[in-house]
Amino acid sequence: MEVTLAQLKRGQKGIIKDVSSFHIPLKLLEMGCLPGNDVELVQVAPFADPMYLNINGSHLAIRKETATHILINIVNE
Amino acid sequence: MSKQINVALIGNPNTGKTSVFNALTGLNQKVGNYPGITVEKKEGICKLPRGVKAHIIDLPGTYSLNASSLDENVVIELLLNKNDKDFPDVAVVVSDVENLKRNLLLFTQIKDLEIPTILVINMADRMAYKGISLDIELLEKELNTKIALVSTRKNQGISQLKELISDYRKLSAEPCLNASEIDPEYFGNLKEAFPNQLLYKLWLVITQDVNFGDIERQESDALENFKTKSKSYLKRLQQKETIKRYQFINNVLKKGQTIDLKTAKDLRIKFDRILTHKVWGYLIFFAILMLIFQAIYDWSAVPMDFIDSAFASLSEWTKTTLPAGQFTNLIAEGIIPGLGGIVIFIPQIAFLFLFIAVLEESGYMSRVVFLMDKIMRRFGLSGKSVVPLISGTACAIPAVMATRNIESWKERLITILVTPFTTCSARLPVYLIIIALVIPEGRFLGLISYQALTLMLLYLIGFGAAIGSAYVLHKTMKIKSRSFFVVEMPNYKMPLLKNVAITVVEKTKAFVFGAGKIILAISIILWFLASYGPGDNFNKAESIVTEQYASENLSDEELQQHIASYKLEHSFIGLTGRAIEPVIQPLGYDWKIGIAIVSSFAAREVFVGTLATIYSVGSDEEETIKNRMAGEVNPVLGTPLFNLASGISLMLFYAFAMQCMSTLAIVKRETNSWKWPMLQLVTMSTFAYLVALVAYQILK
Repeated sequence: MEVTLAQLKRGQKGIIKDVSSFHIPLKLLEMGCLPGNDVELVQVAPFADPMYLNINGSHLAIRKETATHILINIVNE
Repeated sequence: MSKQINVALIGNPNTGKTSVFNALTGLNQKVGNYPGITVEKKEGICKLPRGVKAHIIDLPGTYSLNASSLDENVVIELLLNKNDKDFPDVAVVVSDVENLKRNLLLFTQIKDLEIPTILVINMADRMAYKGISLDIELLEKELNTKIALVSTRKNQGISQLKELISDYRKLSAEPCLNASEIDPEYFGNLKEAFPNQLLYKLWLVITQDVNFGDIERQESDALENFKTKSKSYLKRLQQKETIKRYQFINNVLKKGQTIDLKTAKDLRIKFDRILTHKVWGYLIFFAILMLIFQAIYDWSAVPMDFIDSAFASLSEWTKTTLPAGQFTNLIAEGIIPGLGGIVIFIPQIAFLFLFIAVLEESGYMSRVVFLMDKIMRRFGLSGKSVVPLISGTACAIPAVMATRNIESWKERLITILVTPFTTCSARLPVYLIIIALVIPEGRFLGLISYQALTLMLLYLIGFGAAIGSAYVLHKTMKIKSRSFFVVEMPNYKMPLLKNVAITVVEKTKAFVFGAGKIILAISIILWFLASYGPGDNFNKAESIVTEQYASENLSDEELQQHIASYKLEHSFIGLTGRAIEPVIQPLGYDWKIGIAIVSSFAAREVFVGTLATIYSVGSDEEETIKNRMAGEVNPVLGTPLFNLASGISLMLFYAFAMQCMSTLAIVKRETNSWKWPMLQLVTMSTFAYLVALVAYQILK
């Protein structure tokens, strides 16, 4: 199922399908947010934003708005 | 003696790069600034085997050579400029064993500049814990480098690293990635136009706005042609480059690294559940803040009292020991009390820097950023604004610099503009001395002392003013900038005592000497202005006063005091103070406070020093600053000058007024315009005056 990263629920995992290079800064790509890499939602902050992710072994937090520009496939375990 | 080896330490943030630097150089380091910019430059000397010495530069942490901030620019500017005196003979890339994949990205970029590069894999003590095993020999072969497996915590691998540095000539300078692979056509053309230049270097020059180092002028003009491609085209190429690099890294790590997830343990999740919890997270954060304020107010009181009385006795001792004369007076009445006004801060500043260093080192600060982002955004700030606002309680200057990692320009600008409202340590002595004078000693409900409560209120007022004005700016400023935010959530670490200690010592030293110079200069000037005056009123003060009080039969001592204060009133400083008195009288201040306010425009902490200087010129006995101030009398009302109304008015004035030239200078530098610091100066000071006026008129 293809959704945006913003729709990922806590504890769920996914694989990054596509990244809108217009909206996503290079820095995030360099931290591992690239197509093919796996992503897991570790924690959401109070008020559901920002999102604390584990992308390809890197732990980082991004805002929900940014996450809507990243397409993923949810992995069912 | 052979030539020193130039070594550049490079690495991602949170890799323990600074620990490696400290381990290599010990206390043999100096912290300065890069010329013309306020990026901290840390360098040190390291003794290598066989009598060789290395000059080591600790470059600012960066995730890649594609710079997105001033700090990161420093890294790439140095690495592109072979003529720089600090250009490294060898680069040492520090990586964290737990984030090897991401850290290697920067390594491949530096390798591609064909600089001999050593890879440090730091935090090796965590390997067993995380189930990581590495085939170092294979990694060295695949990456074409030498690797030092280091644990600064356990003090392992440092001597091996020193060996590698001294043998740097044996290192290969082969690149990892062939730039033409990214886009054969584009890079083929580039190669044709510049056959003698390194492709990757050209590529960096094309994509970044940095000084071009040793690339010739005409060449850089020719490079303009390659920038004509649209920005998004270049960005797509950068994305492609990043993917290529990760492919290379993944291949290497597939062979050289195995991670056994079954033996891997992770406390991070458990900690994060609590520390970023929607209730506990905030409670813990506020508890930590309370602890910090408690430390500043309570724990530092003992050393501060000691310093205060020590300087009073030193001043007295100088007067009695040195031969009498103007020079002795200058030292005893000008310099010593002025310096006392700055030395007295050391305990508090040290505590503040200690707490901030621990919060940063442990990884907790990122959690606070995460926790606060949504709330801060409502006020036009970013979660990352929390760090400047907290470190602003130490000093606004590093705080304004700490805004650099805020990605959105609007959020960053608002943070810069409101940070000076937070209660910096320079305001503390003003608050402390006035609180001690005007707030009664009892306890509220028998628990918290009124004095501590007042101080806490002042901190809250500072934060409130910062947040409130941020909201106003957020609603009124018409700056379009995309809100964007990435923050790394590093693993929790026990702060290393050595790192924390070095940070505290270095920062405190920098603060004291930086402010000390201004204060010393101002106290000398003040002393001259207070000790000399124009015309007969000053020069014939003795005969005038003696005549005036001739009928009153005063003791000799009383007469001397009248003469001294008469002289002070007619000195240069007294005349200036008199001139501005009409402006400040409605706030409940006399001309001496007026002088202190004017001189503390340079830096707030000058206030206490100034009053100390002015009052000590006017009296003879050894006294602490506090006792002198308590004895001052309002010339109009005849009541004590420092009472509840004037005290609160004065504290509120200091809470809001923009009185710090260094902050204005930093804001100018960081925003690249005089518009913003001037806006701060005018609005903050006007607001401060009005609030102080209202407070005094209501309370008096």
